[in-house]
Amino acid sequence: MEDILPFLIGCLYAGGIYLIFHRSFVKLIIGLVVLGYASNLFLFTISRITRAAPPLIPNGTTQLTEPFADPLPQALILTAIVIGFGLQAFAIVLIKVGYKTLETDDLDDITATDRLDN
Amino acid sequence: MENHILIVLLIPLLVGIFSLFFWGKKRLQQYTFLVSTFLMLIASGFLLERVINGGVIVLQSAGWDAPFGISLVADLLSAIMVLITAIIGFAVAIYSFSEIDSHRIRFGFYPVMNFLVFSVCGAFLTGDVFNLYVWFEMMLISSFVLMVLGNGKAQVEGTIKYVTINIVASTFFLAGIGILYGLTGTLNMADLAVRLPSVPKTGLMDMAAIFFFIAFGVKAAVFPLFNWLPASYHTPPIAVSSFFAGMLTKVGVYAFIRFFTMIFNHESVFIDNLLLYTAAATMFFGVLGAAAQYDFRKILSFHIISQIGYMIMGLAIGTKLALTGAIFYIIHHIIVKSNLFLIAGVVKKCTGSFNLKKIGGVYGRYPFLAILFIISAFSLAGFPPLSGFWAKFIVIKAGLETSDYFIVIVALVVGFLTLYSMTKIWNEAFWKKIPEEYVEDSKSKSVPLSSIKPMLIPVLMLAGITLFIGLFGESVYNLASMTAEQLLNPKIYIEAVLGIDFNLQK
Repeated sequence: MEDILPFLIGCLYAGGIYLIFHRSFVKLIIGLVVLGYASNLFLFTISRITRAAPPLIPNGTTQLTEPFADPLPQALILTAIVIGFGLQAFAIVLIKVGYKTLETDDLDDITATDRLDN
Repeated sequence: MENHILIVLLIPLLVGIFSLFFWGKKRLQQYTFLVSTFLMLIASGFLLERVINGGVIVLQSAGWDAPFGISLVADLLSAIMVLITAIIGFAVAIYSFSEIDSHRIRFGFYPVMNFLVFSVCGAFLTGDVFNLYVWFEMMLISSFVLMVLGNGKAQVEGTIKYVTINIVASTFFLAGIGILYGLTGTLNMADLAVRLPSVPKTGLMDMAAIFFFIAFGVKAAVFPLFNWLPASYHTPPIAVSSFFAGMLTKVGVYAFIRFFTMIFNHESVFIDNLLLYTAAATMFFGVLGAAAQYDFRKILSFHIISQIGYMIMGLAIGTKLALTGAIFYIIHHIIVKSNLFLIAGVVKKCTGSFNLKKIGGVYGRYPFLAILFIISAFSLAGFPPLSGFWAKFIVIKAGLETSDYFIVIVALVVGFLTLYSMTKIWNEAFWKKIPEEYVEDSKSKSVPLSSIKPMLIPVLMLAGITLFIGLFGESVYNLASMTAEQLLNPKIYIEAVLGIDFNLQK
């Protein structure tokens, strides 16, 4: 499992960045979503995935016995997924509003705020 | 004892929730926000006083001891930042009375503003890396909403740019957190500082540092990650951009200082050089961008970038004097920059436009406003005895002491160019006559003096603080110097968070 995940993460990062470089609003959002997946999986993998007993202290002892699985990365990812979901939901609504008010879905067309207005 | 931290956080949270129940009630929400920021001002003043006299305050949330639970920590830097947040929040609250229209209030301007203040303070007070990520995201989503509220064409466009780059930055932040956790098995900042030195040195640590550099660099708008800032900060109403200009980039700078003094503790020459050259490039390109602009707010937006460079420069040099300078700079910059944005809003009210080519003659009609502008603008450019002079002086002196002549020269040149664009605003908006073809236009859009008076209250307040920092620079210098000392001795922070002292108190 640990050998496959890095390749998958690499592909996701590459795909996400590739999509962000497109000019279409929709591809931009899909790119951001994929990039979010990539970083969540990256967090999951690099915090050492182990297949072991749950981290519960048995009755009568005061310490965990090795090997035990670390539950924290999963908690972190869960939080990150929820937050990422919220941001992505906002971004999707935003591009919809953007498409309506700006009347374009081409990122190259939205340069008005970058221009010098003389 | 430790509950002081909680009070500062609870005020904006509870008031924010309270005002959710009174959705769209204009007066009530305005006054509750004013009261909430005022209470925060008092609470954060007490917090700072406690921290100065009693040392670092730590709150272990839910009673879980340090490396396992989430610690909220108020050291001097955090306490100062929270106090300034409250000051700017209060100024913006007064200003918002005359600027924010009922349309925006109906769509929840004030609750979101409360949550923004809440999350900014949280980011300053947390002692846990992942918790910092959560505060950052809360801050982001609130700022997204505030930026797009009103649905103007420019606003939507600016927000798309702002949202995209910030979501990308968040993924970098998350990846950096992953690496840190993989290396050390902890996310508590104090615990990280203890454990990282014993981790075998591999490329991974530098990689984590670079990831954090990118994540905070986007927030703080350093070169070459700053392009979103001038593209978006001039679009929302002035009350919002003023708060953004003062606080949001400085959260990034705060995170820089926290991480690169405590966790990545000047171990890698590469990172130090990276910081130094980024600082130089940030200053230089920011100020060049400002020189080309003719929109009041865009000039100020580019100046945020160039001033961030000075703060990063102080951090990169890393001596006690340099850090003192960086902290002094942050204090001075937040006050002055927010004030200049507020003044830009008042000038817009008087003349009808932000475009310097279309306006003029403000000095003739509103000399009092002109004086307030001069105090802030020349403080930004670094005229003695105003606050900016001392800030620049300390940073540059620190650079001379460590013989980093390259960056000192850049800093001095940038100082001159800052003066150039401040005099440009002065000449165009205040000094020259209104151009013939715009006289009618300006007359129809401008308002009588009486209606700008309430807007002048926060401007006057912030200009007063600028003057105070300038004239009584020594007391602020001492505070900044104490803070720098605390930052250079992470032991104090670590002992307070992990330490025995906390348990003894119980």
